[in-house]
Amino acid sequence: MTDLLILGPQRRAPQLSSRLAAAGMRGPIAAITAGWQEREAELAALEEHLAQPVQDLRLYTRAEAVFAEDPAYQEAYRARQATLREAQDLYRLQLEHAKAAARDLYRVQPVTPALRRARRAAVTALRRLDARHLASIGAVHRSFERQWRPAERPSIACHLTELKGIVDAASTVLIAGGHVAVLVNRLRLFGMRALLASKPIAAWSAGAMALTTRVLLFHDRPPQGAGIAEVFERGLDLVPDAVFLPHAETRLALDDGERMALLARRLRPACCYTLDDGDWLLFRDGVLCAGAGSRRLVRAGPPAAIEACA
Amino acid sequence: MSDADVDAIVPRKAPSLLRSAGVRYPLVDPHGVTFLYHGAADSVGLRCWIHGLPASQAFDRIEGTDDWILRIDLPPNSRIEYKFEVVRGGRVEWITDPANPLQAADPFGANSVVQGFGYVRPDWTLTDTDARTGQIDELEVVTALPGGERRIRVYVPARFRRSRRYPLLIVHDGTDFLRYASLQVVLDNLIHRLEIPPLIVALTDSPERLLEYAGHEGHARFVAMELPAVLGERFPLRDDAGARGLMGASFGAVAALHAAWRHPGRFGRLLLESGSFAFSDIGHHRRTPAFDPVARFVNQFRAAPGRPAERIYVSCGIYESLIYENRSLVPLLTEHGLSVRYEEVRDGHNWENWRDRLQGALTWLFPGPLWMVYE
Repeated sequence: MTDLLILGPQRRAPQLSSRLAAAGMRGPIAAITAGWQEREAELAALEEHLAQPVQDLRLYTRAEAVFAEDPAYQEAYRARQATLREAQDLYRLQLEHAKAAARDLYRVQPVTPALRRARRAAVTALRRLDARHLASIGAVHRSFERQWRPAERPSIACHLTELKGIVDAASTVLIAGGHVAVLVNRLRLFGMRALLASKPIAAWSAGAMALTTRVLLFHDRPPQGAGIAEVFERGLDLVPDAVFLPHAETRLALDDGERMALLARRLRPACCYTLDDGDWLLFRDGVLCAGAGSRRLVRAGPPAAIEACA
Repeated sequence: MSDADVDAIVPRKAPSLLRSAGVRYPLVDPHGVTFLYHGAADSVGLRCWIHGLPASQAFDRIEGTDDWILRIDLPPNSRIEYKFEVVRGGRVEWITDPANPLQAADPFGANSVVQGFGYVRPDWTLTDTDARTGQIDELEVVTALPGGERRIRVYVPARFRRSRRYPLLIVHDGTDFLRYASLQVVLDNLIHRLEIPPLIVALTDSPERLLEYAGHEGHARFVAMELPAVLGERFPLRDDAGARGLMGASFGAVAALHAAWRHPGRFGRLLLESGSFAFSDIGHHRRTPAFDPVARFVNQFRAAPGRPAERIYVSCGIYESLIYENRSLVPLLTEHGLSVRYEEVRDGHNWENWRDRLQGALTWLFPGPLWMVYE
């Protein structure tokens, strides 16, 4: 395992440059900004902040070119996405009931041995539901890749050598935030896991989410709907025991300790890290080093501070 | 709250206490509001346009003073606009409340505002310095409507890119929505919060709105056909009906429903606030002659609603005289299989009511990438 620098949102108070320097991550930089979609590779602000040029891998643009050049593949890709959307809708329907049961049980008082057992069973049901959904997503992807072999299709293969060259030439690869589904899909389309597995990476927001095993969508106070966090995709699996929660202060009811604890129990053994302005985490050879103020969800009560590195 | 509790808040028997330091009028309590007017007058009345209450409610003079007082019941979370009707020497004058700095502007001037117990102005209606701001462009649109040309304002969202395709929302009384319902601030904020996608919003106005918004064929053609065609040449727009919406309040809501009904399939989304949907089950509607063409259209619509849009948001204030007409519309739409979201609030026929509904309406009609984007 190599250096993985995880950052909170970079718009208001960017700290990418200073954290890269502090981590000793120097040298040429490549970037993945596919999550910005049509704004991909608009790098002026990033290059100014870093005071050095950045080469964008242009995964969003390349994917558009693939779809334009390879209609059969595009059609299959769309069909796969429709399958995944249906699976997500069905999972969400089940999740609403399972989450309501768990939430209600955690409100019942007094706590008796029978209630404890019922609560454990409710959390187990949620965890099983999440696990089953993630497994079905994985099965859809495996089946698609077996049938369509993206890396062997000329429309995609022609990009892979070039992408490898850019990544090999960079000391660090940045993965910016943005639309997490677009980002994860483009990373998968071009087989980026293999290219990035041993590369120092600095990622923020959706970029950080994409590095995990389970990409979790969340918002506790959406203007429409129930606001139940849902497992959405398999990420690159480069930080397997983590779930990253960007913009936690605005998206999560952090002061609702019971709700946060339930989320932590549901997602264990993964550790749920909140990522707000100024937060940073450095995973170096599997050892975590965190900035002051960084927090994680715990199994009882509100989020707890992570002991800061010296 | 008991009468004794109210007396404790409103010391009717100790007038001097009315002006105790720190007591501000109108004085809001969990069950109502107390107004105070100070000045020489023959009588003072409250005009607050609440359907079901008298047009003017009389204040009591505090004996031996020029203080006039009135308490009315007002349920929690209400919001009302009002004026004082001051009669002096036979002359009647409607004035805003001198003691109340809170006012709401509209095309006719301004009213004083009481925010009932529990009402809080939504934060997404206030300028957020973090939100990127869109810009307002102007263009001339050639039309078959009288005058031959209309000036349209267009809200273009921040970070607009020609390589992206945008949903389109057409707004009736667009300039008033900008001025009196903070529409640009709301759009900037909701887009910034990812609660709606970046939208192109066409802000239309009419020089003859009571005519053109009242079931007028030429106007329907303008907003359904002529305007989208021009906008499609200027901006990269999605061309599916689900990404095309039409919106209006009062007569503007009538115009929106009429245009969508006359041109089915053109609009997938309708946003109708406090629609002036006058109709008659038999005989004549009991409104002014301006409503004659409205009632003709609404009666036709009620007989054959069709499918004017896939999703229709309807709202009305329960203090409005139009509450009956709007409540009557909802079962009609749902019975015909349309997806309807209906919202009633304790407010009146005014722009701040229409402003406060925009989040619920727009996020339902045009859900944004909130769950997907983490920047």
